[in-house]
Amino acid sequence: MHRYEMICVGAGPAGLAAAVEAAKHGVQVIVFDENERPGGQLFKQIHKFFGSREHRAMERGFNIGNSFLDEANELGVEVSLNSVVLGIYENGAMNVMVGDRIEQVKAQKILVATGASENMIPFPGWTLPGVIGAGAAQTMANIHGIRPGNDILMVGSGNVGVIVSYQMIQAGSRVAAVIDAAPKIGGYAVHAAKIARVGVPFLMSHTIKAAHGKDRVEGATVIQVDDSWKPITGTEKRFDVDTICIAVGLNPMTQLLRMAGCKLTYVPTLGGRIPAHDVNQETSIKGIYVAGDISGIEEASTAIIEGRIAGLAIAHSLGYLDEDQFLDQREQQYQSMKGLRSGSHGERRGKAKKYLNAMMKG
Amino acid sequence: MPRDYKITGFLSDEELKDSPGIPSEARRKKSPVAAIECLEDIPCNPCESSCNVGAIIVGEDITNLPHLDGEKCVACQTCVYICPGQAIFMVDESLPDGKATVMMPYEFRPLPEKGDLVIALDRGGQELGDAEVIAVRQTKRMDQTATVTIEVPKDWSMRARAIRLKN
Repeated sequence: MHRYEMICVGAGPAGLAAAVEAAKHGVQVIVFDENERPGGQLFKQIHKFFGSREHRAMERGFNIGNSFLDEANELGVEVSLNSVVLGIYENGAMNVMVGDRIEQVKAQKILVATGASENMIPFPGWTLPGVIGAGAAQTMANIHGIRPGNDILMVGSGNVGVIVSYQMIQAGSRVAAVIDAAPKIGGYAVHAAKIARVGVPFLMSHTIKAAHGKDRVEGATVIQVDDSWKPITGTEKRFDVDTICIAVGLNPMTQLLRMAGCKLTYVPTLGGRIPAHDVNQETSIKGIYVAGDISGIEEASTAIIEGRIAGLAIAHSLGYLDEDQFLDQREQQYQSMKGLRSGSHGERRGKAKKYLNAMMKG
Repeated sequence: MPRDYKITGFLSDEELKDSPGIPSEARRKKSPVAAIECLEDIPCNPCESSCNVGAIIVGEDITNLPHLDGEKCVACQTCVYICPGQAIFMVDESLPDGKATVMMPYEFRPLPEKGDLVIALDRGGQELGDAEVIAVRQTKRMDQTATVTIEVPKDWSMRARAIRLKN
């Protein structure tokens, strides 16, 4: 059995930030990721990030990903790819499937940063080829260089919906419309404006009624909904599209935490059932930490800061960082977080996070 | 009631009129100047930190709206390609013969070329009419966000915000 001081599950922005931060202070770290490439969602983020310089604003996500990998490499962080963590057991024991071999490993501290999966909505025709997650469309276009379709209907106007719509236009597709059952656009106004000005219509208070086609998507019908989200007969509109992208939110991937017995609670603002955690990102099970979308759906920039906080806390608890240095550096991270959790998009998430922290105190 | 732009996806002239990032008409008539179309309290300040002359102020709380000091702006164009929201344009209404120019960030490919005739679009994607491309700029520092400048009739200077290439 291999023993490590710290194991990160997930090599996305949160996992890599935590690994780098902890390794900087001397912690011996390994990162497991089930994918063949590290970086989580960072490598398909081809747009420039928001925030300020300390949040790496103006940089494109994949460049941030590359610099994390370089840093991890320099610090001697081991990144084990094609490695599926199968379970977390008592006292930090884990089973990991590396390729086709199962290994037993053990860590003093575990960070679970497994991210989130895309939500789906069922409707007649939703199993037809051509109905895909917006994240899948982004992976196809931005990682593999394949245009998912020529004519796209985007279902969902959150940041994922509006950003992916823009990137589909960059890839050479036409976006027929962005629809959302909610009465107002969920994403940043500036992201919406980028696609509105090149002719993409927004249909708010509209949901998808059906996808049409025999062997694949050949069209879609949308319908307006009233104040109580009920479809209004007679308001149907048909679009000739070959692809329907679903961008209706993300759901934290908490399976490993549930198995380990971590306390979860339902927080709709943060995307569903979320592990309670304290200001060090530690869950109700001592030694198991969380960061990034698994601890509440936010953004890459907040995931990175949460990862750093967890990395600092782990370095501190292992004795690599004294109390004063730790509290000082943690405070710097929270100061940096403050801006990202304020304003009309961030404030509610900030409050929900405080609620999760409070739960830990009982 | 939600603001219009949260339903349509784009800012109306009405919503923009008194916004803190828009230079006065008098200033626009003098020389090229930035026009910042950012009216939502999102956490972001690269416009401020990249402005070497202090013409854009966001302040310590990075969800504040950017304020433009038109008198300080020297039209260096940096904010146009820096803004992650592509919400900053450069307008020049000082030209003779009822002409104006609009510079916009551009991330689609292929890039248009100087001298091309393109279709100018307004914030809602409606066609305004033909416009000539008078400059295309793309440097390493711009990190793949090119800028495209078009010449338009003066009354489009605060309306033309995108282009469509002709095939």
